[in-house]
Amino acid sequence: MDLSFVILVEMLYAIATLVLISAGLAVVFGMMKVINLAHGEFMMMGGYATITAVGLGVNVFVAMLIIAPIVVGLIGLVVERLVIRHLYGRLVDTMLATWGLSLVFIGLATMIFGNTTTGISTPISGFAVGRYQINGYNFFIIVVAIVLVIAMLAVLKGTRLGLIARGTMQRSEMAAALGYSPDRIYMATFFCGSALSGLAGAILAPLVGLVPTSGGAYIAKAFITVIAGGPSLIAGLVSSATSFGVVSQVFTFAISPVIGDVALLIAAVVLLRAMPQGITSRFFRGKL
Amino acid sequence: MSLNRREFLGATAALTTAGALLPSATLAADSIKLGSILDTSGIFDAYGKPMDQALRLAIGEINAGGGLLGREVDVLSYDTQSDMALYSQYAQKLTRQDQVDVVHGGILSASREAIRQTMRKSKTLYFYNVQYEGGVCDRNIFVTGVTPSQQVEVLVPYAMKKSGPKVHILAADYNYGQITARWIQKFVEENGGEVVATDFFPLDVSDFGSTITKIQQTAPDLVVAPLVGGAHLSFFRQWAAAGMKDKIALASTTMGVGNEHKVLTPEEGNGIMVAYNYSQELDTPENRAFKEKWEAAYGDTSAIHELAVSTYQGIMLWAEGVKKAGTVDRMPVIEALETGISIVGPAGNIAIDPQTHHATLDVHVMEVENQGMTVMETFNQVAPVDTQQVCNLQENPDDNTQYEIQI
Repeated sequence: MDLSFVILVEMLYAIATLVLISAGLAVVFGMMKVINLAHGEFMMMGGYATITAVGLGVNVFVAMLIIAPIVVGLIGLVVERLVIRHLYGRLVDTMLATWGLSLVFIGLATMIFGNTTTGISTPISGFAVGRYQINGYNFFIIVVAIVLVIAMLAVLKGTRLGLIARGTMQRSEMAAALGYSPDRIYMATFFCGSALSGLAGAILAPLVGLVPTSGGAYIAKAFITVIAGGPSLIAGLVSSATSFGVVSQVFTFAISPVIGDVALLIAAVVLLRAMPQGITSRFFRGKL
Repeated sequence: MSLNRREFLGATAALTTAGALLPSATLAADSIKLGSILDTSGIFDAYGKPMDQALRLAIGEINAGGGLLGREVDVLSYDTQSDMALYSQYAQKLTRQDQVDVVHGGILSASREAIRQTMRKSKTLYFYNVQYEGGVCDRNIFVTGVTPSQQVEVLVPYAMKKSGPKVHILAADYNYGQITARWIQKFVEENGGEVVATDFFPLDVSDFGSTITKIQQTAPDLVVAPLVGGAHLSFFRQWAAAGMKDKIALASTTMGVGNEHKVLTPEEGNGIMVAYNYSQELDTPENRAFKEKWEAAYGDTSAIHELAVSTYQGIMLWAEGVKKAGTVDRMPVIEALETGISIVGPAGNIAIDPQTHHATLDVHVMEVENQGMTVMETFNQVAPVDTQQVCNLQENPDDNTQYEIQI
């Protein structure tokens, strides 16, 4: 009983982590069609922003939930103005440019913070469930992921801003004809995407030892999740994160964490073979 | 006096060229050339930089004392930038162009294997001053770091006595982790314990949530974790975050080699058991003197780690060999070192084991305490029994293999 509860929590935690690390990419790649290979580095910078802020005496939750997203969002803004905006609609070129950016960010982080592992400790202590100890921080991550999904849904579906953004991504000429500036909207959307990546990096920072190259560990999983999700932004994100989270955790518990990762990749291959356009091309069609 | 820019540049260029040429021309005649090949930039610089500092400290000391055999020791160093391809390139340069008398360096096992054959072929004496998985058998190389059996032999009994007989192993998934895990299993069984599970992790795994749950299912008394690198450091953090730290004892053969215990907070690190040749907290006159010298040279002793001290001791052992041989020629120095030469370094007495060219040294069992390592027990002169099982350079001097030690 205790064990099944613990496994359930671990599964939810795995799904939540996938949602978190993919959310920023879902906006930047899923919505804006910019292949952001620097996504992992945006997360890494979110982690460093958090650690630096905490080192300066800021409350850790303020640092993670407010400072890191703003800092990384602003960095994203600069990147968008300088590089990305010249490349909208040129899928392959964005890939090359953002790969270069990722190298720049790794280099800069190495220069500023050095190539040693840093980190902060987890702000929430563990607790017991029957015979088992659970990392209390897992619940925090699950809650943040749920809030994040609801917030994204609310903004994109419920607000006029969300509607304009979605409209612009679909038909920017039409949006322009209606008097909106696609340039501005793209800029704002990229800011949000970067901020989400920064948030993810910040939230995961207390769980890991951070090095400038840490971003590389997330990028593959984030892309797999977003691509397998398919055309619908949020339904795709949640459905593919759930499938992969469940598959990888089942195999992790049954065999080993390595097999769990292997199972995730095999599941991705099978899924994309069966549904080349992603999960939401067949299920939840027309959903957001 | 008026000087225009062109004249000024010309003059300085001439000066620098002259400056660069003159000393090396004079030194080349009578100085001893020591080649150093280390990653002092890139992702392994946390290991390499202090090693380089230790090397320069040792050479500075030797030269201040009048050099070796009345000759100055000159360091020719190359930064391999954490790039394995550069190792073979610089090794060629050191042996062919610079024609050094000895090479110290290499950090990862991959880097050592990249240059070992070059050294052997060019008949250049080679020192590898790093903790590694053991098994290298080559008369041209001397290894001054600890091997898995040296650590595990003392760490496992100590940790089991403190906790209990059921052990869960978490190891990095490459040769070091695999081999160390086998040694842990052997010593656990020899001490009447049982390994309930062994898990291996690729170096980029940073999420240990499910593993921590699994460990609780197997309910061991002790977790031994030869995990490696930044991503694996997450385990220690997540272990503490789950509140496991006070429930199940934890030991490691790798945590702290790159001063990782200074990254973990005291709450996360305290009580983790480790075993190494060196601890900054060692209270011996040699270590105090070493730390003073380090502080005088670099200002801050916090960077000193196991590998830096191994490097320092490696240089001193080589110097001792040269003194005994009365020459820097390779074979006489090897033969002198094979007499079982020893020095008392910052980490205690260290002697060359003639059979394997590895080191017999003191191993200290330590516990992490407030970001330091407190020595709990010292085991004097622990021999590299793992490599001794497979390697006997006295019977088989032409051996040139890295054995995978079967247990």
